[in-house]
Amino acid sequence: MTDTPAIEARRLCAAYHRQPVLTDITLALPAGQWTAIVGPNGAGKSSLLKVVTGSLQPLSGELRILGGSANQQRRAGKIAYMAQQEQMEWDFPVSVRETVMTGRYGLMRQDPWWQRLMPDHWANPAHRRAVEEALEAVDMRDHAAGPIGELSGGQKKRVMLARALAQQADILLLDEPLAGVDPPSERLILDMLERERRAGRTIIMVTHDLPSARRHADQVALINQTLVGMGPPAEMLSDAMLAQLAVGVAPRSTAGGVRAAA
Amino acid sequence: MPLLESLGSDLIEALIGLLMIPIGLLPDSLSAPFEYRFMQRALLTSVLVGAICGLLSSFVVLKRWSLLGDAISHAVLPGVAIAYLLGWPFFIGAFITGALTSLGIGAIERHTRIKSDAAMGLMFTAAFALGIVIISKIASSTHLMHILFGNVLGVQTSALMLTLLAGVIAILAIWLAYRPLLLYTFDPQQAQALGFNIGLIHYGLILLLTLTIVASLETVGIILVVAMLITPGATAHLLTDRFKPMLAIAVLVGIISAVAGLLLSFHLDVASGGAIVLVATALFCLALIAAPKHGLLVRVWRRNRLQE
Repeated sequence: MTDTPAIEARRLCAAYHRQPVLTDITLALPAGQWTAIVGPNGAGKSSLLKVVTGSLQPLSGELRILGGSANQQRRAGKIAYMAQQEQMEWDFPVSVRETVMTGRYGLMRQDPWWQRLMPDHWANPAHRRAVEEALEAVDMRDHAAGPIGELSGGQKKRVMLARALAQQADILLLDEPLAGVDPPSERLILDMLERERRAGRTIIMVTHDLPSARRHADQVALINQTLVGMGPPAEMLSDAMLAQLAVGVAPRSTAGGVRAAA
Repeated sequence: MPLLESLGSDLIEALIGLLMIPIGLLPDSLSAPFEYRFMQRALLTSVLVGAICGLLSSFVVLKRWSLLGDAISHAVLPGVAIAYLLGWPFFIGAFITGALTSLGIGAIERHTRIKSDAAMGLMFTAAFALGIVIISKIASSTHLMHILFGNVLGVQTSALMLTLLAGVIAILAIWLAYRPLLLYTFDPQQAQALGFNIGLIHYGLILLLTLTIVASLETVGIILVVAMLITPGATAHLLTDRFKPMLAIAVLVGIISAVAGLLLSFHLDVASGGAIVLVATALFCLALIAAPKHGLLVRVWRRNRLQE
């Protein structure tokens, strides 16, 4: 039991516009495993990811990433984040390749200063190689030079996944990576994540897709404002547990229907 | 300081000399005005202001900061007035009130139930009113008119030097911090997950915006500078799907508007700020109609083809 957990939260509380979204969350997500986070709409699943990425400041409690301080680990490039598709600006004038390259921006801090001032195609070859490999892995090489605005839903997801893969981070945080995806893209995304887990990476996936959580996750964390339960999928995704999840443990579960504004 | 000043004026001379080369190739009717010294200064100022505004406008448009740009440009007025009172350089005062206002907007937004557009409208009109009150007490109304609406034909060397300095700083900052700025504009959540200091980038960009506004004060004035911070970027956004070309097109639109507006202002004897903004708007309309991919003509044509 000497393994440090990938994410460790102690008595974490967070709010969106004074509306509490996470209350008293204490959990440890093991490194090198696939965790599915399951819960009703507005239960704070995405908020939990946002606390980990730093875009939502917790009101109280403690968060450690791979045993270190959260911001330190973010700066070290340990956290790759794939947001929900609607939260990206698909109108933005960047190409698919440039978008995937932004996954490397954190790691570029370690490059010598003159290399950082170069445009992408003269950047450190390690970055360019990682980007091309990630594009290849999600089968988007053919679209690499085109603008991101012209992609289909499944393609957009694959580009976002490619950006997370290109970062080669220890922890992949994925917010509904399978929502609104056509079956071939879903197959491809799950295959990629399996490959990443075999490579020793930690996968933390918020999902509504219970069949794929059952099939792929090593454990499931049930969340409804607070941690309802955590354990192997067969146990957590039983009818009894899911019924308890819908009710929630926290007394303030009336807020369960309120979707946090993005 | 004297060394810096002489260096600055040498640089200005050199840049004017450089600009006069393409001007010399123009037909006489266009190039004749530039035999005047004040027109040469106005030309260099216009090119610089057009370029910096164009550069910043891409960020303003993509970040949806149009109203914030408007707010900061108005909020600069009391700073200018107070700096004038105390004999400080304009920029110092302008930056302080500009930054205070944007902080105030953020504070109201976070700590009260007032929404951001109301917070901006409230703060910048308050700051602007304060500026008007101070200026009405200390300066003539022509002076006020020049600050509000600009007068590029009357630009002095000291103002030109400030514009030049602002331009150099803006270009250097955007070059050095290109990736953090791009990522913050494109996807702030990703920037956060990669451990970038969002607050630093946010206020750095606001500082650049304030700098640009102050640099454009004498040319287009406080009221119209926001047009130069939106229109070139919006025009460029219609014309390209890539970020660097967008920056380049926005800079080009800014420069063309500024120079053409200057000429119009000279020949027709109309306010320079207004003329510059109208040229920019005309360029925007042209792009709106005829842009190769996002223009109205192409859209209509595409729709008709789909119906067939």
